[in-house]
Amino acid sequence: MAFLIRTIAVAKSGREISRDRTLDVGELTVGRAPENDIHLADLTVELQHLSLSDAGGGMLRATALGQLPFSLDGSSTTEAMIDPNAGANIIVGPANLEISREGDGPVQIIQSVIKKSAATVEPTKSFALASAMPSKRAMAWTGALAILILLLSVPIVTHLTRDTSVKGTDYLTGPDQARINQVSFDSTWSSGKLSLAHHELEDNCEACHATPFVTVQDETCLTCHEELGDHADKPRLKTGMAPLPAGEAWQWAVAETLGNEGPGSCTSCHLEHEGNVRLEAATEQFCAECHQDLDARLTDVAFGNADNFGAKHPQFRPTFYTEHGQENPVRVSLDTPVEEKSGLIFPHDIHMEVNGGVARMAISLDQYGEPLECSNCHELTDDEIGYKPVEMEPACEACHSLVADRDATGAFTSLRHGDVSDLMEDLATMGKGPKRAVVTGRERPGQFATGGTYAINFGRPAASLIAINRALLPGGTCGDCHIRTTTDGRPDLIPVNLPDRFLGHGFFTHKGHEDEECTSCHEADTSKVATDLLLPNVESCQDCHTGEALKEDEQPFVLASGIKGMIDRGEKVTSSCAMCHGYHTPTAPWPGDHPILQSTPEGMPNEMDAKSTDSIASISAMLKD
Amino acid sequence: MASVPNNRFSQDERRRNADHISFLKHKGFRWLWIALLLSIVTGAGYALIDQDPRPNGGSWYGYTLGTIGLLLIVWLSLLGVRKRRISEGQWSLKAWTSAHVYLGLSLIVVGTLHTGFQIGWNVHTLAYVLMMLVIISGIWGVYAYAALPKPLAMNRQQMTRGDMLEELTVIDRQLDSAAQPLDRAEADLVLAALRQDTFYGGPLARLTGVYPGCQTNRALNGIAPTSGAAAQSVHDLLAKRAKQLSQIRRQLRTRAMLEVWLFIHIPATIALLAALLAHVISVFYYW
Repeated sequence: MAFLIRTIAVAKSGREISRDRTLDVGELTVGRAPENDIHLADLTVELQHLSLSDAGGGMLRATALGQLPFSLDGSSTTEAMIDPNAGANIIVGPANLEISREGDGPVQIIQSVIKKSAATVEPTKSFALASAMPSKRAMAWTGALAILILLLSVPIVTHLTRDTSVKGTDYLTGPDQARINQVSFDSTWSSGKLSLAHHELEDNCEACHATPFVTVQDETCLTCHEELGDHADKPRLKTGMAPLPAGEAWQWAVAETLGNEGPGSCTSCHLEHEGNVRLEAATEQFCAECHQDLDARLTDVAFGNADNFGAKHPQFRPTFYTEHGQENPVRVSLDTPVEEKSGLIFPHDIHMEVNGGVARMAISLDQYGEPLECSNCHELTDDEIGYKPVEMEPACEACHSLVADRDATGAFTSLRHGDVSDLMEDLATMGKGPKRAVVTGRERPGQFATGGTYAINFGRPAASLIAINRALLPGGTCGDCHIRTTTDGRPDLIPVNLPDRFLGHGFFTHKGHEDEECTSCHEADTSKVATDLLLPNVESCQDCHTGEALKEDEQPFVLASGIKGMIDRGEKVTSSCAMCHGYHTPTAPWPGDHPILQSTPEGMPNEMDAKSTDSIASISAMLKD
Repeated sequence: MASVPNNRFSQDERRRNADHISFLKHKGFRWLWIALLLSIVTGAGYALIDQDPRPNGGSWYGYTLGTIGLLLIVWLSLLGVRKRRISEGQWSLKAWTSAHVYLGLSLIVVGTLHTGFQIGWNVHTLAYVLMMLVIISGIWGVYAYAALPKPLAMNRQQMTRGDMLEELTVIDRQLDSAAQPLDRAEADLVLAALRQDTFYGGPLARLTGVYPGCQTNRALNGIAPTSGAAAQSVHDLLAKRAKQLSQIRRQLRTRAMLEVWLFIHIPATIALLAALLAHVISVFYYW
């Protein structure tokens, strides 16, 4: 079979050089090996790539000789029949083979090189790192936009479009917990974890941060903490505050012009986002900043300056009645001679004397069986902080009986205690019960007989009429403990005036001191009269308590060794102001369920249970009244 | 005008001297001393001023440091604007660059103290991290510009970048013809080596000089020089190609180390400005 092969090459000048050769072979081979009829020096071509052979009938059979196919009229194949008269285009590697035949002439193959598109990039430019990196501008825009959208726009937009009817406590207890986290991505704004108490609000920034560009307002805090009292009136608080350092004063000045509520606001003390920590009790220094020289700024305050319980603390000023029948109790410093006018006559010493008559009587009574103890009359409150009021009947009546008569059935009756009118009534009806019959040997007849309509008891007259007057006098039933007076011309008793709480502006737990004898602080065993107040003064407390830091000659109190004997051991309990005083509720330190009280650091005696919260609340309520 | 010399020699001499003083040593390290002073003063303030209960970006001192930091960052980022405006005078670009470097370094102190060492997963720490990224990349930039041009020149061995590529082209042409007798599998290896982009490899490959997908090395390993004269010749040429490639790649690596800081410094700066905006707005939005 005859092949006319025309090779077209392109010279550097661009001119085409055409060269013809004729071959007469049965099979024409194309490949990289030099022995091929059409030699293509290109590595993409197989050594023996393609054979074109006579298939008879004027047809050509194209067969791939190696593993690689060839391209026929644009599609890749390994075997094909070609009609040269119809024309065909075969591509092998870089070579383009145009096959044609005119009539029954030779098969004409025009071999040309496929032009490669020239590289457009200046190759030396590829040396710069820029060729392998995304552009700086693209990276900058991407980063900046991502930050501005995700970390700025999304929180702001979702904050502005949130449901603002959700407020305060709703966030903790409201419907669906007030649709948790109404604002998206604002947690990325949080500069730190919230304190333990506020941990639940971690995802609800808007609970506190209610208004854009306005500091957290006291009003918002009080939505949940409505029970908290002010330390003092705001204007007085401001006057009383120690002057701020220049830097802070400047900051507050700027902040206040921008709507901050100033140094007396909740957030000025209660800094949040300081980590998942417990709220710390105010330090001694915090209190001392204002109170060490408070009188210089608040000249009308009645209480003295204080900066350290062990060194500078004013004398206690208990609240009690200094006059009989006083309407309200008054506060008097224990530095002045004090007499409590409770209206009672009660010598503690007689009752506490272990070898005295009272003791003998107590021993003889089943109820006591031994000499009296304080607790026989003074009963701790349920919260074990203070004592219940002493009530006459359970506390005194075992010895100081009010039994005065028998009723119709013969049972003993007692005089009613507490009201002179009741007493007079009881005394007036005395002697109506059955009396021992007067034995004269003569029975009275009919209706005059005992139990009859006209029966008369001729026995000794009862002391009733005399007793009404005598009962109130010293030595009388009442006069043993009460003081007689006359009201509107009628005999009467001085009313008993005893405050429920003597030290109302500090806090003291008896529970914390239960190891100690009562008489260590209350000199009841030597008290002969009820006008002795029997309250310890501040110096007594200072025997065991010092300020927040120990002084040089003081040893730290060892809880395990107990309170007893600690004075001899030279030990002191370090006591911050917060041990006895609260900032918001001046009568009590932190409530019993306060997180910090769940763990009791050394020197913190108040292990209160949940119940005490109620009692503190009630004390607060009482003092407000 | 009496004080002005009537010939320009001394003036030009002064200018020539100035031209050859590094921006780092500009005016006897003037900006180094200013930056040191700023760092010491802010550090001493941090140590001496008692912030209750603990140092915090929101205390008055924290705000002060934050304001200084913010102003510094904005000014530092304006170098990009300044360098595009050719001007003369007191605020020469060299002075500006000198101040840029040293004041930028003092931001490490100012910015870190502003955080009060309170770090978390939030937009505030993001701004801090971006700031540190910008500063560290800047430090690398100063080092790279001082240290790397020498190895870059050494590696070139009197060759231009074009020469290196040309050399490779020559080898490739020889390789192409030497490989003609090879069988399919071996030819494919050579082909792959020839076809692979000279600049194949991402930024990481450029920075580390490690090209695990290098076809030249693959061909070098795949064609045994003992299997014939052609294979021997191809193998030698491949070794030559690999050598030439490694020169190019050393060049690429040094260039990458020289230039990479800007690819961090600039985008991180812009991101920092965005984060700073988010930081400042968020702090006062949720005041």
